Amino acid sequence: MSDTQSAKQKKSARLAIGEGPGTKLVLIIAALTFLGLMLIAPLLVVFVEAFGRGIQVYLDALALPDTAAALQLTLLVAAIAVPLNLVFGIAAAWLIAKFDFKGKSFLLTLIDLPFAVSPVVSGLIFVLLFGANSALGPILDGYGIKVLFAVPGIVIATIFITFPFIARELIPLMQQQGSSEEEAAVSLGASGWRTFFQVTLPNVKWGLLYGVLLCNARAMGEFGAVSVVSGHIRGVTNTLPLHIEILYNDNKAAAAFAVASLLAALALITLAAKTVLEARFAGSLAAQRRH
Amino acid sequence: MTATAPDGAQTNRWRRRSVLPGFGLSIGYTIAYLSLVVLIPLAGLGFRSATLGWDQFWKIAFDPRVTSALQLSFGAALLAAVVNTIFGVLVAWVLVRYRFPGRRWLDAAVDLPFALPTAVAGIALATLYAPNGPFGALLDDWFGIKVGFTSIGVVMALIFVGLPFVVRTVQPVLEEIDRETEEVAATLGARRWRTVTQVIFPALFPAILTGFALSFARGVGEYGSVIFIASNLPFQSEIAPLLIVIKLEENNYAGATAIATIMLVISFAMLFVINLIQAASRRWFGHE
Repeated sequence: MSDTQSAKQKKSARLAIGEGPGTKLVLIIAALTFLGLMLIAPLLVVFVEAFGRGIQVYLDALALPDTAAALQLTLLVAAIAVPLNLVFGIAAAWLIAKFDFKGKSFLLTLIDLPFAVSPVVSGLIFVLLFGANSALGPILDGYGIKVLFAVPGIVIATIFITFPFIARELIPLMQQQGSSEEEAAVSLGASGWRTFFQVTLPNVKWGLLYGVLLCNARAMGEFGAVSVVSGHIRGVTNTLPLHIEILYNDNKAAAAFAVASLLAALALITLAAKTVLEARFAGSLAAQRRH
Repeated sequence: MTATAPDGAQTNRWRRRSVLPGFGLSIGYTIAYLSLVVLIPLAGLGFRSATLGWDQFWKIAFDPRVTSALQLSFGAALLAAVVNTIFGVLVAWVLVRYRFPGRRWLDAAVDLPFALPTAVAGIALATLYAPNGPFGALLDDWFGIKVGFTSIGVVMALIFVGLPFVVRTVQPVLEEIDRETEEVAATLGARRWRTVTQVIFPALFPAILTGFALSFARGVGEYGSVIFIASNLPFQSEIAPLLIVIKLEENNYAGATAIATIMLVISFAMLFVINLIQAASRRWFGHE
C-alpha cells in the first residue's frame, strides 16, 4: 500500500518537472513544422530553382561577364571591410572586457548603433555625406575622387553595416574569460603585445574566427545600403546581391537563383563553421570555468 | 549562486585598478574609428534633418503616402515580432529541454536568416508565396489567403528575417535556469503549468521582451527581402525604406532625410528601451 503510494508520488513529481511524452511530441512537431516552413523551405527553393533547369543553365548563368565582375567586386569589398572591422573589434573588445571605466555601457550602445539603423538609412547617410549637394562631395570631386556611385562608397557603406559584428562576438567571450591570465603574464614581465598575442588571442581564436565569418557573410550579402550608394552601374558597381536583383527583374529567374545559390552556399558554410566551432568552444569554456 | 556573488564582486574591484596595458591605445582607437565610421555620418543626417525646418518636416511626415508606408512598416514589423515571439519561445524551449535526432542541425538552422543575404531570401520567399508558387497556390486554394504581392507577404518576409532574435535571446537564459527551482516548485505541489507560468516564465520575461524588441526593430528597417515579395504599390504594400529609396531616385533629398529621421528616432528609442530592460534583467536575476 505505502509502496504504491510512494511510487505514485514519485511518478507525479516526475511528471510535474518535465512535460508528458504527448505534450513533448506536440511541441517538437510544432517547432519542426514552423522552422521547416519558414526557414528550410526558402533555402531549398534557392537550390531547386538554381539547378532545376539543368546544370548547363546553371553554369551559363555563372559564366555571364557581369556575374564575374560582380563576384570580383564583392570579394574586393569584403577584403577591405572585414580586416578593418577586425582590428576595431579587437581594440573595442580589449577596452571593454579588460578595463572598467565610466560610460562603458554608453559606448556599447554606440557600437550597436549600426544594428538599429535600417540598411537603406545607412546608405542614405553616405549619400548625404558624399552626394553632389553635400559639403564633402564637391571637394573630393575636385581632387578627382568619386565616392558615391563608385567602389569607395560601396566599401564605406559595407564597413558601416558590418561594423559591430566582430566586436559583438568578442566582447562577451573576453568578458567571460576574465583577465587573470593576462594579469599573470604582465606581472611576470611580458609586454602588452606579447600578452595579447600569446595569452588572449589563443583563448579567443575560435570566437574571433566565427566573428570574422559572420562579418564576411554580411559584407558579401549586404543589399539595402549598397543598393542606395552604388548607382547600379552594370559590370562596374554591381555586387552579387545587386546583380541578383537585376537578373530577377529582367525575368532571368534561373540565372538569379544560380547567383543566389553561391551566396546561400556561403551562408551554409558560415553556419556549419559555427556549429563545429561551438562544439569546440563548449569544451574550452567549460575548462575555463573549472579554473 | 550566493557562493559566487562575493567572488564576482572581488574580480570587479580588481579590474578597476587594472595592471593591464593598452587602455589609452584601445580607447583612442575605438573612439576614433567609431566616430569616423558611425557617429560623424549619422550626425550628418541629424544636421541635414535640422536644416529642413519644422514646416517642411511636418509636411513630409504627414503626407498620406508617407504615413501609409510608415504604418505598414511598423504594423507589419509588430505582427511579425508577435509571431516570432510565440514561435521563438517554443523553438528555444524545444532546443534546450528536449533531445531528439537532428536537434543540433535545427539549432544551426535558426541562424540562417542572419547568414543568408536578404536579396537571396527575398527572391526565395517571392517564389514560394507567388500566386503560382508552391505555398502561395496552396494558401489561396485552401484559405483564400493571398500572400505574394500583398501586405501579408511583407509580414512573412519580416517573420523570416526576425526569427533568430527571439530564439537566440531566450535560449541562453533558459539554459541557465536552475532546474532545482522547478523541482522545488513541483515537490511543493505545483502543477507543471503553474511551474511554467509562475517560475520559469518570470525568469524568461526580460529575454523574451528583448528578443521581441530586436525582432521588431529589424523588421521596421528591413528592405532587401521585402521588396521582392511585396507589390511595392503606394498605399498597398510600399514600406518606408522603399519610399526613402524612391525619394532618393527622384533627387528628393529632403523627403528621404525626413522619413529616415522619423525611422531613426523610433529605432533609437527602441534600442534605449532594450538596454534598460537588459540592465533591469541583470539586476533582477543576477546573471551575466
